[in-house]
Amino acid sequence: MKSKPYLEPFWWTLFGAGGVVSAFFLPALLFLFGLAIPLGWVEAPAYERFYELLQPLPIRGAVGMLITLSLFHWAHRFRFTLYDGLQLQLWRKPIAILCYGTALGLSFWAGYFLLNL
Amino acid sequence: MEKPTFKLYQKKMPVLWWAKRLSHLHFILRELTSLSVGFFAVVGIFYLRALSKGAEAYESFLSILQSPVMIVAHLIAFSGLLFHSVTWLNLAPKAMKLKINDYKISGGWIVAGNYVAWLLLSLWMILIFIQ
Repeated sequence: MKSKPYLEPFWWTLFGAGGVVSAFFLPALLFLFGLAIPLGWVEAPAYERFYELLQPLPIRGAVGMLITLSLFHWAHRFRFTLYDGLQLQLWRKPIAILCYGTALGLSFWAGYFLLNL
Repeated sequence: MEKPTFKLYQKKMPVLWWAKRLSHLHFILRELTSLSVGFFAVVGIFYLRALSKGAEAYESFLSILQSPVMIVAHLIAFSGLLFHSVTWLNLAPKAMKLKINDYKISGGWIVAGNYVAWLLLSLWMILIFIQ
């Protein structure tokens, strides 16, 4: 099954950009929202405050970029984890479609909520 | 002339080939950090969903995050994210060569700069939400 080699630089660029932003931003954010706040070490932001914070368009754009790039970073890396880690070379195309398709679908979902805030 | 056909040569490897050597295990663990990144994105989407639905949905989402399953999931994801950040920032000099007037900046400085930037950005984000 032939892949489309000319698309690889495009996927790799998204992977690389996602790798950079996720390396810099995600650990602190996940620690804060997934551990510190649920465990009560930090008080959760009040709904109104959080809502206000997300009102400016540049902020919503940044959140959308962070989520989208993270998703495409996942898609690209996980695709090769499946190829190489599990020796699934024969299923290259369905795996690629599944990974990038999931990332694209979830990105649109994030965008939908961001537009409806 | 008949067109020659090629068959892709594939070396047969055991499925668990990466479990046999520490460097290979390191490789596969690094690759698996993408699951932590994806997990963050999905939880982030549900955060946005709760916020767009209103205060009540937000409060109930916060209580879901307090369940032991979610705490454990976040602990695993957090360790994966740390591994991703460290391996990614350490690799930066390999992808980026910096020069100032022919003077090549050593990789150590690039990595150090990355860590300082990581620390400052992390503190800045946490300070936005702590008040």
